[in-house]
Amino acid sequence: MGDDTPYLFDPTHWSGPTGIPQLLLAHLGYTGVALLCGVAIALPVGLYIGHTGRGSFLAINAGNAGRSLPTLGLLMLMVTLMGLGFLPVLIALTVLVVPPILTSTYAGLRNVDRSAVDAAVGMGMRPWQVLWRVEVPMALPVVLGGLRSAALQVVATATVAASVGLSGLGRLLIDGLSVNDYGRVIAGAVVVAVLAIVLDLLLGLVQRYAVSPGVSGRGLGRRTGGPAAPASRVDPDRL
Amino acid sequence: MSDYLANNSDVVLAALRQHLGLAFLPLLIGVVLALPIGYLGVRFGWLYHPLLNASGIVYSIPSLALFVTLPYVLGTQILSPVNIVVALSLYTLALMARTVADGLRSVDASLTEAATAMGYRRTRRLLEVELPLALPVVLAGVRVAAVSNISLVSVGALIGIGGLGALFTRGFQLDYTAPLLVGIVLSVLLAAVTDLLIVAVQRAVTPWSRATTRRA
Repeated sequence: MGDDTPYLFDPTHWSGPTGIPQLLLAHLGYTGVALLCGVAIALPVGLYIGHTGRGSFLAINAGNAGRSLPTLGLLMLMVTLMGLGFLPVLIALTVLVVPPILTSTYAGLRNVDRSAVDAAVGMGMRPWQVLWRVEVPMALPVVLGGLRSAALQVVATATVAASVGLSGLGRLLIDGLSVNDYGRVIAGAVVVAVLAIVLDLLLGLVQRYAVSPGVSGRGLGRRTGGPAAPASRVDPDRL
Repeated sequence: MSDYLANNSDVVLAALRQHLGLAFLPLLIGVVLALPIGYLGVRFGWLYHPLLNASGIVYSIPSLALFVTLPYVLGTQILSPVNIVVALSLYTLALMARTVADGLRSVDASLTEAATAMGYRRTRRLLEVELPLALPVVLAGVRVAAVSNISLVSVGALIGIGGLGALFTRGFQLDYTAPLLVGIVLSVLLAAVTDLLIVAVQRAVTPWSRATTRRA
């Protein structure tokens, strides 16, 4: 390895099992699976609590409780208890994903204009129809906002997963630090940061285009006085 | 767990003390810097969206990546606590600048107009009308920043300085759950106590917001 070539531009770092593409794939794999598990758990619970209003204490406090969990400690505890492997890491990551999605799903549903829900009920919609045709579309900006912050948190924490011996982009940071190869550390930091920023921008686009124009006010002339995205201004952190 | 605590109380206390410093110093720095920056984002409207974007980008950088990059940017030692303090100050600033701007924007325009009509000049109006009315939003942001700082400090253990995070790395290396559990419980407790304290402050300094919610 020529010491003059920056780590990122050395072709030997772009192939093989410890090449950047492999690490990136592993990183995205952890992130994706943890997000899927988190959504599978948090979304139904959040929809139930938001729709019925039962158990709202849980949903409101889940967000702050989740944020206060130290990710490194959780990760290391799981691996110490269960041994090294994908499952303990997946559990730790999922535990981190659930609170923001749960809280934002609940907050989104609770902030739906009650008169719209009443109108839907008055039109004869069944509870399921009210939920899927009125509440979910109107709550979507906030729900997706929660998914976005959950995704960011997993990408960051998947970096830490390298410290318990797993793959992922964190390997560049941890291995680079342990052998004083600062070029590798910086390369890893840059790739992880770029990945996180790109992911955030992509989810921002999804958030923008998945939301119905009737809710977001997108494509409506400003002067027509369409609903100016009131729902997207709801910040679940401020419940 | 209690055996571990009894035998290692000095280690645990030292870790806790370091954790407190590494979490609260950046909180203070970040909030103090965020107040003028957030204000500028409101005073000059065209700055608001660039401010949002910048804060989003800083906030999305994973903490470990920022911790390990800062020594090169700042020229500090890799083991220097300054790296952690600067990184967490940046996160706090990113979150709070946006929150301060949102808080100031949330103030009812009729109230600022009334203050102007009563002869308040800009600075006095800001300090005596707008800032107090923005406090609920600002303090909600401080809660989030404080709690996330407390949980992020421990990641610093991977580069040698991490308060309670040192208990995590030790427990992990020794394959011993007691320090891990002690570290997690203390970290969560610290966050919960801090959160409650900020809520108490919020209730004390914004008595009017309670009065209006009760009526609503």
